[in-house]
Amino acid sequence: MKPYVSFNSVSHFYETDEGQQVEALRNVDFHIEKHQFVAVVGPSGCGKSTLLKLLTGLLRPAGGQVKIFGTPVTEPRDEIGIVFQQPTLLPWLNVLENVMFPIKHKRGRISSKEKEQALSLIKMVGLDDFSQRMPSELSGGMQQRVGIARALLLDPEILIMDEPFSALDALTREEMGFDLLRIWNQSPKTVLFITHSITEAVLLADKVLIMSPRPGRLSEEIFIDLPRPRSAETVKEKAFAEYSDRIRQQIYHPREFTVVSNESKVKQEVSNL
Amino acid sequence: MRGQNNSFKQRLQSYLPAISLLLIIPIWQLVCSLFEFPPYILPSPTMIFDAFVQVESARWVMHLWATLRVALFGFILSLCISIPLAMMMVSSKYLSKTLYPLLVVIQSTPVVAIAPLLITMFGSGEGPRLAITCLITFFPLVVSATTGMLSTPPELIDLSRSLRAARYKEIFYIRLPYALPHIFSGMKVAITLAIIGAVVAEFVAAEQGLGYFIQFSTSFFKVPQAFAALIFLAVVSLILFKTVYWVQKYFFAWTLNKEKS
Repeated sequence: MKPYVSFNSVSHFYETDEGQQVEALRNVDFHIEKHQFVAVVGPSGCGKSTLLKLLTGLLRPAGGQVKIFGTPVTEPRDEIGIVFQQPTLLPWLNVLENVMFPIKHKRGRISSKEKEQALSLIKMVGLDDFSQRMPSELSGGMQQRVGIARALLLDPEILIMDEPFSALDALTREEMGFDLLRIWNQSPKTVLFITHSITEAVLLADKVLIMSPRPGRLSEEIFIDLPRPRSAETVKEKAFAEYSDRIRQQIYHPREFTVVSNESKVKQEVSNL
Repeated sequence: MRGQNNSFKQRLQSYLPAISLLLIIPIWQLVCSLFEFPPYILPSPTMIFDAFVQVESARWVMHLWATLRVALFGFILSLCISIPLAMMMVSSKYLSKTLYPLLVVIQSTPVVAIAPLLITMFGSGEGPRLAITCLITFFPLVVSATTGMLSTPPELIDLSRSLRAARYKEIFYIRLPYALPHIFSGMKVAITLAIIGAVVAEFVAAEQGLGYFIQFSTSFFKVPQAFAALIFLAVVSLILFKTVYWVQKYFFAWTLNKEKS
């Protein structure tokens, strides 16, 4: 079976305002299977956002290939839904209109069947009583739920989530994690989930990709073999702590790449001279 | 007890602006009667009121309408030019790099100084007066609309592009509404500038209008009458400002919400 998403030795550069070329990604290689939940963890500046933009088709890789269903991504595709770090709802539209926005924006109108679908998505994210409310009346967590419903409306095969809970307080964040598990169980999707939180990654993902910065590289792939459905109980398991430790260790004391990072340090010092 | 005290304080706060304005009148009257200024230096409020009543209301209406017409149409014309211009500048980097210096030059040139030139060039009709009002109002409108549209969260632009929506949709349905809070701030500045523009144009050449009437009155040393016109003008300007605010409050209430995100 072909993988749903594949990155084949993908590299990317971007240009700073001063015209300097910066290497954002180097030789990134991974696959995502159907309905697999993949989390990407890594410090800031490790190219997570670049990875995401390459998958959405808003950027084209400088080297290598990004494929969805075996065909290279050359432009944004319908199979993808995006949840952003900030909910970024449209403040002049109510919850229902915000959820329906992608279809309206794309086609100019919306069928009554799609409206029903939007309402059931709002119900699924637990906001049935709020469909007529304005975003400014909602809490941050509720706004992000609307963001999730909006991303699910076009029924995308692939859901990209860019640190979706990082703007929320710790309690809401935990709750949203469990809710996301429930939603994912109800309508399984292929997910690429970017996060700074190790426990969040272990709780949610089938596979965790660990990235290291400057230039962004994949330093390890860890399969999380915890039984599903997962819940608050999962967090208490011994294996959960072990996985978290392993990831933490790989982030703070990467084994294989110490040589490379020394090399780049030397390079930097030389260029500083 | 304490709660009552608080609500009294709150009520007092909401009345304070009106109280301070009303307090000026007796103080002004008192100063005038104490120092016995001649009316052409500082007329007292009662004299101004007398002068106001002595002018027939039809005459007031005529002058008011002349000024209001130029200010309002100039403002609307300016909106019709500046918003599309801002949209063009946001959609093209080249266009914004070309147009922006021009706008700054126009803004740096004192419109009051251009007014006599425009009137000698195009005559003393309503056209040049509209042009002057337009010139003075359109810079705040263009700048507020442009900054508003550029402050749209990049995620929404990404969303629009990932949906492969046409560029004009991105501008019309995301950037333009997003800019509305900014545009309303610009409109509040511009509407009062519109009155200034209309009055400046009347100072240079006009046969009617409140600005013309002030000049006419002072040249005959009818200072109380000029003051009456001045106060009238200030009130009109205030009402226009409030009208913009009401339009915002009733039709675009969301623009007044402080955004959470």
